[in-house]
Amino acid sequence: MGKKFEVVLNAKTCKGCGICTALCPKGVLKIRPDGKAEVAEPAACIGCQSCSLHCPDFCFEIKEVSADD
Amino acid sequence: MEAVYEKYFRDNLPHIWCPGCGNGIVMSALARALDKLGYPQDDILLVSGIGCSSRMSGYMDLNTVHTAHGRALAFATGAKVCEPRLKTFVVMGDGDAAAIGGNHFIHACRRNIDMTAIVINNSIYGMTGGQFSPLTPTGKRATTAPYGSIDRAFNLVDLAKGAGATYVARGDVFHAAQLTNLLVEASRHKGFAVVEAVATCPISFGRYNNIPEPADMLFWLRDNTVTVQQAAKMSDEELTDKIIIGKHFETEAVEYCEEMARLLADKQADNEKAGDENEV
Repeated sequence: MGKKFEVVLNAKTCKGCGICTALCPKGVLKIRPDGKAEVAEPAACIGCQSCSLHCPDFCFEIKEVSADD
Repeated sequence: MEAVYEKYFRDNLPHIWCPGCGNGIVMSALARALDKLGYPQDDILLVSGIGCSSRMSGYMDLNTVHTAHGRALAFATGAKVCEPRLKTFVVMGDGDAAAIGGNHFIHACRRNIDMTAIVINNSIYGMTGGQFSPLTPTGKRATTAPYGSIDRAFNLVDLAKGAGATYVARGDVFHAAQLTNLLVEASRHKGFAVVEAVATCPISFGRYNNIPEPADMLFWLRDNTVTVQQAAKMSDEELTDKIIIGKHFETEAVEYCEEMARLLADKQADNEKAGDENEV
């Protein structure tokens, strides 16, 4: 099995610009009705860090989860 | 927030930048670059001028100075000459560096003082309401150019190279990982390093140029950038309106702080010698 990742999203500082949802290659992130981002498909994350690198408000933390969990 | 960001940012977030602003992406790239470089935070000096991008000095937990409009490089030169141990970064916007501080910019390049100048180029004066700047590409619209700007834009890379900077690179916020690497390389370079970070301003630039969505602006950057290596194989026609990213230029020259230290040591030795002769 491949590596697994946990996406931690701090919605408090999210301004809802939509960059993360547009850049995520696996559709992990969705826009909430209030315009902010949410983690919709956490299991699909491949840990590419695209959201973390491009979020202008530093909302994301991508943690690698060990296979045993 | 990633641990690396938490380490370098003060806890006064969220910042005042608009949703989707490229400045935030440059700030995270800088934090990651500083982490890679591993300098102690007390040895880093961050100087900024006035403008959206220059708010960065208020958010980063380093020695920071928020200075007068266009004069960031002048303040940084003074600080660096007094304390050469400081690893100096200067953050300016495109208007701050190329228009208001244009003279400071070329003369800092000429002196080759050891610091890294980061010019965040969002092609517009964002904070004052979207007037066109010297780096607005010809034909792009702004509040003061509703039919498109007829001015020719500066090529900041060529300007810096011509003025005598010894390291010149250009990155952009879509290629954020490359931008980090360029900042690391620029800081390790001994001498005046210029990194132009092409950023996005969806509110003041994008809305007037039919790309109002922050993500679309990033995709616009992805589609309109070519690397230095690719550009070498392309004709001038193909390169029209393309942004060439990567390391453009690097050379070695005498560094200003070292030269000043040498001069002071020489003169001090001369004076001591003269003093000894007088005593005899």
